Amino acid sequence: MLIKLKGGRVYDPANGVDGEVRDIYVRDGRIVAADQSAKVDAEYDVTGRVVMAGAIDPHTHIGGGKMTIARMMLPEDHRGDEIHRTALTRSATGFAVPSTLAAGYRYAEMGYTAGFEPAMLPANARQAHMEMGDTPMIDKGAFVMLGSDDFLLRQMAARQDFEAIKDYIAWTMHAAQAIAVKVVNPGGISAFKFNQRKLDLDESHAHYGVTPRDVLRTLSRGLKELGVTHPLHVHGCNLGVPGNVSTTLDTIRAMEGLPVHLTHIQFHSYGTEGDQKFSSGAAQVAELINQHANISIDVGQILFGQTCTASGDSMRQYGNTKSAHPKKWVVMDIECDAGCGVVPMKYKDKSFVNALQWAIGLEIFLLVDDPWRVFLTTDHPNGAPFTTYPHLIRLLMDKGFRRDMMQKIHPDAQKASILASLDREYTLYDIAIMTRAGPARSLGLADRGHLAPGAWGDITVYKDDADRERMFTTPEYVFKNGELIVRDGRIVKVVQGATHVARPDYDRNIEKSLQSYFSKYHTVSLQNFKVHDDEIIEHDKGSIVVQPTGARV
Amino acid sequence: MPNQQHGIVAHAETEKLNHECVACPFCGLHCDDLTIATTGAGLIVTANGCDRAKAGFERNVPCASPQIGGQDAPLETAIGEAARRLKASRLPLIGGLGTDVEGMRALLAMADKAGAVVDHVLSTALYRNTGVLQTKGWFMSTLTETRNRADLLIVVGSDLSKEHPRFYERIASPADVMFESTSGQRTVVLIGCGAGAATKVTGERIGKVLDVACEPADIPVLLGALRALLKGVPHAAPPPAGVSEAMLAEIAELCRKASYGVVVWAPQALSFPGADLAVQIISDIVRDMNKTTRFAGLSLGGNDGVASAASVCSWQSGYPLRVSFASGAPEYDPYRFDIARMLAEGEGDLLVWVSTFTPDAGPPATDLPTIVIGTPGLALSRTPDVFIPVGTPGLDHGGRLVRCDGVVSLPLRGVRAGQHPRLIDVAAGIEAAL
Ligand code: SF4
Ligand SMILES: [Zn+2]
Repeated sequence: MLIKLKGGRVYDPANGVDGEVRDIYVRDGRIVAADQSAKVDAEYDVTGRVVMAGAIDPHTHIGGGKMTIARMMLPEDHRGDEIHRTALTRSATGFAVPSTLAAGYRYAEMGYTAGFEPAMLPANARQAHMEMGDTPMIDKGAFVMLGSDDFLLRQMAARQDFEAIKDYIAWTMHAAQAIAVKVVNPGGISAFKFNQRKLDLDESHAHYGVTPRDVLRTLSRGLKELGVTHPLHVHGCNLGVPGNVSTTLDTIRAMEGLPVHLTHIQFHSYGTEGDQKFSSGAAQVAELINQHANISIDVGQILFGQTCTASGDSMRQYGNTKSAHPKKWVVMDIECDAGCGVVPMKYKDKSFVNALQWAIGLEIFLLVDDPWRVFLTTDHPNGAPFTTYPHLIRLLMDKGFRRDMMQKIHPDAQKASILASLDREYTLYDIAIMTRAGPARSLGLADRGHLAPGAWGDITVYKDDADRERMFTTPEYVFKNGELIVRDGRIVKVVQGATHVARPDYDRNIEKSLQSYFSKYHTVSLQNFKVHDDEIIEHDKGSIVVQPTGARV
Repeated sequence: MPNQQHGIVAHAETEKLNHECVACPFCGLHCDDLTIATTGAGLIVTANGCDRAKAGFERNVPCASPQIGGQDAPLETAIGEAARRLKASRLPLIGGLGTDVEGMRALLAMADKAGAVVDHVLSTALYRNTGVLQTKGWFMSTLTETRNRADLLIVVGSDLSKEHPRFYERIASPADVMFESTSGQRTVVLIGCGAGAATKVTGERIGKVLDVACEPADIPVLLGALRALLKGVPHAAPPPAGVSEAMLAEIAELCRKASYGVVVWAPQALSFPGADLAVQIISDIVRDMNKTTRFAGLSLGGNDGVASAASVCSWQSGYPLRVSFASGAPEYDPYRFDIARMLAEGEGDLLVWVSTFTPDAGPPATDLPTIVIGTPGLALSRTPDVFIPVGTPGLDHGGRLVRCDGVVSLPLRGVRAGQHPRLIDVAAGIEAAL
């Protein structure tokens, strides 16, 4: 089967293609070089259309216990947001916390062909994969959470051999079927279980004596030496706390060149200036990021409206419960492994704090120079549901629209932000970097996020439209592995995406100490803790793609 | 399609085998340290199972044939007849739902296509919790966290030895615990757990046991008085009969001194009027205590696959059971789509009843035409219109189950030569024929 997309304007930053008119050929799922003599089975005339690889969301909470807690807790989120059953697709519901089926359908309809769950607890990994297995249409993968689990903290407190720590990191990635590792409030989720209410970068954990700085450096170095492509994915200390910008700056410096990805950095860029003791730290954060090539970020932009925050950060989410809207929340301590906090939230443009949060996110987008190091996220659903991405893209690409929107927010927030003075407009090429090439490169997806021969045929075709929100809301065609799955924003074929994992080498001897730890303390046996390949392949009717890992050093 | 081969292959692999680290599907704790021997005569629990597990694993499951109107019929025909009835039904009710994650997935796909209502046999118990979750939320713990960290356990209204027999052994009194605060002995407070419950609270790690006897119906009042005392505000109603102010003060003092207190309840056991109020006050107390020390709740539901059913239904439809697919999109109403109420009030025109784990969870009495998909030997008050015997997940074939804490899920394995098809194949067969 050979298909041809004829005459589109192609934006493929991974291969330096910036809006050139090109034909794209896909044979049996993969992109191939032009072959004038071969018989084309299906041709799509996309003259004048904008052609990009399928979009990749590198940080979206789509699968796992805390999302299902949110779904259960918030029936009011789903009412009025039903998706009716069709001959092709199942019924589903949900707005900020969509059901798995709704999430898969909506991502595909928006031109996304992959999404990565960033906060999979090892103890909840099986459920996270089951939920991702019930998320149709897109490829998926997950980052496994470490850093407040007692096994690692015990290793660190006992000053264990660094190789054993690396073995444990790698073992966990295998056991949980992860592609990367995330740390959330390093050590802090555990500290909260010991009744510590905050843990700053150099504050000691009451029981283990380790600091978040130690945890960050240990995990970042461990992953680097294991050859894992995606750097440590960091949700830092003091999420949402005014004044946390200084912690964020200190965190960047603390890494001393070790690679890290700082996630939803908007929530970590708050100063304490002004009458309300809440100000933007975006300029300082962006300046330091611009100087440090080892740092990448995603923004976690907030957009106004009702949503729900869901995080592994039980300590900080407990602190945020006072802002819950509606007034209900769930916080959990989990399995000597991690925790979670689910707090519904309504961001209002007439609230000074929310309005400034909105502006801070946009300031960061516009002040960080290198689009290869910034990924477009709302930290779905923490800042806003992923369905707001087209609106966010328009805010970045259209300064007139941005100014209009800014007129609507709380006047003091307008004054407190430099946003009005920022003239930068993202180009289609920049957007293709932030939503495709950048995430694919950062996650180590060898054959996704670009359109060179050899890549899988995940392709999105948009009608060019000066209203970028409209353009990115409803792509004309979406192809997954070379099959047409969406036409004019409607699903025409249901597919089951793959699960991407990375499997760094480790010494199997680590299972000896794990075996003893599990049998002494855990309620699940070591063998049943691991998520086995056949669960994803047989039970979830999925497939596993093992992405390349560098050599261990 | 139902796969008889599946069981045969499993048999060849498992003959005379001792299976270790087997997860038990018979209560919401889903202990996974069992050893099961497969013998010619059936399964034997050779290590770590409680009586409840033994009854489940060692039950002699009769070999049963699919039946239509009480007459044996080939499986394909029974599936066809079930599909025909579902198709003709205006409002089918799919109840019981005693199955694992994979079974629930298959049933939801079928329910979606058939425009059915789904509800679980234990959802009345589940809804004692769900109402609280959807009103104010809560602060909860999990089994491993409680096992290693709790220095105070307060058990409310539940003789755990019945529905969750190994709770005290595995969670309250394990041989090793991780943290110093709990390496000594734990205090256990029983509130209204019934006569005799205290005698089952045993184990080396169990220290003081404070047995506060009261009538189940008085539990909300007692908890309300305790909460008021902890908050230092006067309580309107005096503590119930038999509970002294001094006793309340003692519990309050234990709470204040605890570094990690866990309040445990089994929603199934809270079968008194106002039980949801008890769950509400428990979560209020936990919330209050967390202002100064650390506290959490731990709900031990999850029997008969209800945690799996509620979880899968939530992640696929958005709602934790009591969902109707009749309009073509999921509609949620915990009152309207309570299948027990619907049957009592003559709503619905076909009952599909599913129970794969226990023979006790048979269909309720009803005049509606009934399709039963269940374990052979299932208690039936009358002959169903269609009966399809199926295997038990975790005994006859693999699968996964979500544990009572809603966080951990366990893989299940086939440990014997299954004689009967898998529910997922039967449900998929029906769905395909709709
Ligand atoms: S306590 Fe429950 S899960 Fe554990 S062995 Fe007994 S019945 Fe099975
Ligand atoms: Zn996030």
